[in-house]
Amino acid sequence: MNAIVELDNVERRFRGVHALRGLSLRLAPGEVLGLLGHNGAGKSTMMKLVLGVLAPSAGRVTVLGHDPRGNRARELRLQLGYLPENVSFYDSLTGREVLHYFTRLKRIVIAEANRLLEQVGLAHAADRRVRTYSKGMRQRLGLAQALLGQPRLLLLDEPTVGLDPMAVRDVYAMIDTLRTAGTSVILCSHVLPGVERHIDRVAILCQGRLLASGTIEALREQAGLPLQIHVRGQGLNGALHQRLDDRGVTIESDGRNDSIRLKAPVAEKIAVLRALLEERDLNDISVESPTLDALYAHFDARGRDGGQAHA
Amino acid sequence: MRELLIVANKEFRDGLRNRWVLAITLAFALLAVGLAWFGAAASGELGFTRISTTIVSLASLAVFLIPLIALMLAYDSIVGEEEQGTLLLLMTYPLSRTGLLAGKFLGHGAILALSTVLGFGIAALVILVFAEQATPGNLFGPFSLFIVSAVLLGWVFLALAYLISVLTREKARAAGLALLVWFLFVLVYDLALLGLLVGTEGQVGAGLFRVLLMLNPTDVFRLVNLTGFEESAAASGLLSVMGDQGYPLSLLLGILVAWILVPLTAAAALFSARRT
Repeated sequence: MNAIVELDNVERRFRGVHALRGLSLRLAPGEVLGLLGHNGAGKSTMMKLVLGVLAPSAGRVTVLGHDPRGNRARELRLQLGYLPENVSFYDSLTGREVLHYFTRLKRIVIAEANRLLEQVGLAHAADRRVRTYSKGMRQRLGLAQALLGQPRLLLLDEPTVGLDPMAVRDVYAMIDTLRTAGTSVILCSHVLPGVERHIDRVAILCQGRLLASGTIEALREQAGLPLQIHVRGQGLNGALHQRLDDRGVTIESDGRNDSIRLKAPVAEKIAVLRALLEERDLNDISVESPTLDALYAHFDARGRDGGQAHA
Repeated sequence: MRELLIVANKEFRDGLRNRWVLAITLAFALLAVGLAWFGAAASGELGFTRISTTIVSLASLAVFLIPLIALMLAYDSIVGEEEQGTLLLLMTYPLSRTGLLAGKFLGHGAILALSTVLGFGIAALVILVFAEQATPGNLFGPFSLFIVSAVLLGWVFLALAYLISVLTREKARAAGLALLVWFLFVLVYDLALLGLLVGTEGQVGAGLFRVLLMLNPTDVFRLVNLTGFEESAAASGLLSVMGDQGYPLSLLLGILVAWILVPLTAAAALFSARRT
């Protein structure tokens, strides 16, 4: 299948500062890519390159098979949806008027705008001025705007910032629906709890370089971070410790007799669990894979070390 | 072309919603009627004064007011959208930068034109109804010329406002620059010319002076409305230097049109050349 977005060794400089260097990335149809990075890592620059607002200093950007700044750019843009970070729209117009404005610019029938207002849950407030909107309502309006014309590629820049948990859940639910419908999504975000389940692939940017990309499982493997295992039960010592040591497990006792915490290599997961299950007085085991948060921290720390070595 | 009209329509609607149209119309109407009514107060009587006096006083006040209104209306049109994040969003739509700018000019230009025509038009009607010496015949000519030149003057400063808006990256800076531009064109320029005249003890050539005077759109607006009336000698200050040498009206209006096109083109060029 053809890639929806293809970045090939892309570089972007701003007056000598490298905002992006050597970035290569592919996005398949119907794939949700989580683009992670701290502020200034190059996330927004990458989005602008894909949107065709910026031109790369070197390398090649292809979106839906075309150059986003080439002569097909106009038709291309009708198939893209974009939600910028912190967009605040026109205060004196109503939500409906704002959406109609963008609908006309995107050459879509107005009925679609009204349907989207319904879909994002703004129908009741559509005829109030945007000035009176809460942060969450503005974000919903932005989302409705991004969904105009059923885009094949959706770029969302921090879509959940400032939203209450319910609204965050709505946004994720919407992303899931779009993914099912075959829309590709680039979700640009700080690391957020709960985002894992809604993205297929992760790309971690740091100081303009791609530190890691792949499925979360692949990244876990690559990072080699240990599993966290929490065991509760009686008499967890002696022989058990011996058996676990052989598996390369580190044991952290938390000062209580009836519970221990283990750090086990991912490859030894089943063996370690077997060893634990041999214990007679076992009450409970919980296993926790490295979170996206931990993965991000791992790669980011490595990236910064690398960056300093170059500097 | 369609995009242009969509943007213009939105700006115009914004202007109606913000009460800009209402405010400008009322301000102009009150100003004109007030000047017509109180214009005679200087000679110790109340009531409507001569039309020529009204036009002359109107022009000398409008020359301060119109540029200020135009600059305030449009100084944040680009930099404001940039700050609220909508500029970046619009750039991802099938809409060119020139199209956006042109659409905004069309919208703002319509707001300004409508308010000017309505405001001064209402004033003209009031004067026609209440002033004894006013007839449609002697009112229509000078007032239409005044309105046309006022609209052109407004558009000149709209164009300058876009240039400011494209040049700056912060709204506050744009506001400061807009005030500076107003100050320069409306006050400083004439003072500097006066200084030049006094400093050189009138040795500066009449030809050079004419050129310098015609370089400033506000002076051109004054020339359109003040010359041709006998009162102008007293009211027009610097312009009295010109004596009785008339200017062809088409030249003056042409200069105003050039003052619209040049800054607007420059703004469009700079805006398109932006890399972000």
